[in-house]
Amino acid sequence: MIAELGHYALVLALGLALVQSSVPIWGARTRDPALMAVGTSTALAQFVFVALSFAALTWCHVASDFSLITVFENSHSAKPLIYKITGVWGNHEGSMLLWVLILALFGALVAAFGANLPAALKATVLAVQAWIAAAFYLFILVTSNPFARIPNPPFEGRDLNPILQDPGLAIHPPLLYLGYVGFSITFSFAIAALIEGRIDAAWARWVRPWALVAWMFLTLGIAMGSFWAYYTLGWGGWWFWDPVENASLMPWLAGTALLHSAVVMEKRDALKIWTVLLAILAFSLSLVGTFLVRSGVLVSVHTFATDPARGVFILAILVLFIGGSLALYAWRASTLRQGGLFAPVSREGALLLNNLFLTTLCATVFVGTLYPLALEALTGDKISVGAPFFNATAGRLAVPLLIAIPFGPLLAWKRGDLYGVAQRLIAALAVAIVAMAAAFALAGGGPVLAPFVVGLAFFVMAGALTDVAERTGLFRVPFAAALGRAAGLPRSAWGTAIAHFGVGVCLLGIVGETQWGAERVAAIKPGETISVRHYDFTLDGLAQRRGPNYQERVAHFTVRRNGEVIGSMEPATRVFPVRQMNKSEAALMTRGTSQLYLSLGDSDDNGAVTVRLYHKPLVLLIWIGAVVMMAGGALSLSDRRLRVGAPRPARSKPALQPAE
Amino acid sequence: MTRRQRRLLLIGAGGAVLGVAIALILITLKDSIVFFNSPTDVVEKHVAAGTRIRLGGLVKPGSVTRGANFAVRFEVTDGNKAIPVAYSGALPDLFREGQGVIAEGRMDGAGTFEADTILAKHDENYMPREVADALKKQGHWMGEKK
Repeated sequence: MIAELGHYALVLALGLALVQSSVPIWGARTRDPALMAVGTSTALAQFVFVALSFAALTWCHVASDFSLITVFENSHSAKPLIYKITGVWGNHEGSMLLWVLILALFGALVAAFGANLPAALKATVLAVQAWIAAAFYLFILVTSNPFARIPNPPFEGRDLNPILQDPGLAIHPPLLYLGYVGFSITFSFAIAALIEGRIDAAWARWVRPWALVAWMFLTLGIAMGSFWAYYTLGWGGWWFWDPVENASLMPWLAGTALLHSAVVMEKRDALKIWTVLLAILAFSLSLVGTFLVRSGVLVSVHTFATDPARGVFILAILVLFIGGSLALYAWRASTLRQGGLFAPVSREGALLLNNLFLTTLCATVFVGTLYPLALEALTGDKISVGAPFFNATAGRLAVPLLIAIPFGPLLAWKRGDLYGVAQRLIAALAVAIVAMAAAFALAGGGPVLAPFVVGLAFFVMAGALTDVAERTGLFRVPFAAALGRAAGLPRSAWGTAIAHFGVGVCLLGIVGETQWGAERVAAIKPGETISVRHYDFTLDGLAQRRGPNYQERVAHFTVRRNGEVIGSMEPATRVFPVRQMNKSEAALMTRGTSQLYLSLGDSDDNGAVTVRLYHKPLVLLIWIGAVVMMAGGALSLSDRRLRVGAPRPARSKPALQPAE
Repeated sequence: MTRRQRRLLLIGAGGAVLGVAIALILITLKDSIVFFNSPTDVVEKHVAAGTRIRLGGLVKPGSVTRGANFAVRFEVTDGNKAIPVAYSGALPDLFREGQGVIAEGRMDGAGTFEADTILAKHDENYMPREVADALKKQGHWMGEKK
């Protein structure tokens, strides 16, 4: 009964979405306030119904109602409660329901907080949002109904894939979806601007908070996914250039470019047409990502089931929205008034450079990800494009972008002084050179690339600090005055500096882990010791333990550094009887920002067990950096000038900034 | 600078970055793509020794032998032909006889595949798609387990 209510609520949401697709936009065309206002109510009601539907599915999972196919295939009565809840989106049908839930949430947020938007714009945005929603409701109801029943309900379910039985599943997909789907708002704004044929700096001010929210969640979602893969897959990799990962990286790159170009548009009324295109591209790439992951053209742990009908349906949605929006863009973009021009050496120029590199980066990732699919469709040859390709192309293109980061915020608007900025970055450069030399000395020679990247990471971090120091006049005015200026600095300026600092932190983690990591594989018996980098691991013994829905073999290791005991580690392998699957549970020990990583393999006949041991220097900085970036975004979002839908005049800033 | 010059500069910069990217893609793509082959493909297409490929199929039951220092030898079959594979290192958790596997490496001159990477499936329902297609071609595909 609950399941039927959930199903019915979803159908009602589709009905509401269909009303919202047509009535408000008709109202906007005929300037009828009553019709335009319909969108607000339907968006809110839609969210209520989808939330009801989602709650119903959650209830079925928690109550282990195995008469539902999705529950039967992905749950088990012995599964811990948290995984019964997260298991709701640990499968194709449920994850699509989560997708539309978040889509409806964003629609409702625009409806609730968009009171300051012009009525026609708001009505059009909500209508576009409803087009997307209607397409996905139809997709779920027609091809992936999560509420489908089994005629003869079994007593027990088939359990959830053990890899997904992890707290990571609770966090990673919702965050990622908040990011993916968040870009639907900027997309709707872009389409509405094209339909209205009018776009100005205020538009950018309305769009930026949404882009920022989506970007923040996407950043955190990608980082979380990477961290999950790192500790759960048992070999310590954190990025594989897997097509599914690339699918989330592409919207992130486009979204990052959008954030930056929207600044130019808001401040200088330039790059308008480009910004609109980026808004379309960011969401289009999110749709491509959804297609790649959900259609079954790729097989990975993210792909839950393959059903050709689903692939074709998502492809149709993809073609309709991406093709339609780009066609609309081609047709209407020329009607938008061109913005002003600016000198190449200026803040605008730097932001444009950022956009140029980010979109090119995105394009190379796109080529590497989709080339195998295209080639197979055309010639039938099956190929894989691996990490070397992405490291060689995206890696190299990222270097000039990273070098440019500290320059951007220090350049003045309109016309900048590159020489002057370089002078102000002398200190940052000195820090970078010292770091480079130190890294070279510590590594005892070795490849030059790694110390160079360390230097680059410190240059980016020191550059962010220089930005703050310059803005507050630190070292030039008395300390108290600088402190006062720091308090008065707009939060978006702090956000920029912090986010850029995070990029440097992340880069430092990446280079530390990839260039100086150590790995050891050995088969050892109880009492024996293996070592890596002054750390000795003694296998004390093996034991069997019982978990709620698994049996595990645990190895107990005592860890010593230079002879002194610093702790113990317990890696395990789990066997899940229902699915006849093994899963390795790596043990991790944190030392500062570095980690020791230990995972178990098979035992052989002589009682020796295979052990994989890794030392991962600075690895935690990768994710800490991402969190710092997100914190920068959050701070920027809290800037009152960016309050959702509140186009207030900017406060007088010159008083807060040193003369430039 | 005039409007026209600025615009030209912009287009020039954009073109330059794009050009570099395209050059990078073309140069690296040639070296970093790896073709997938079934054992039958390897035999019939006479894949040259030393070319980096992915070999996919099922681990032939009874073929796995382990040596010292994590050396392991097994055969990959698609039901028609079988290719011996030599690998040294820890195998993935889900490597099992009779199950799907993808090995990446090179053929040596003597008909053995020297693998440097072994990819196994993620769970019991997951068969690498390339492997499934190769088995279908040989008529040994039992259909998706549900």
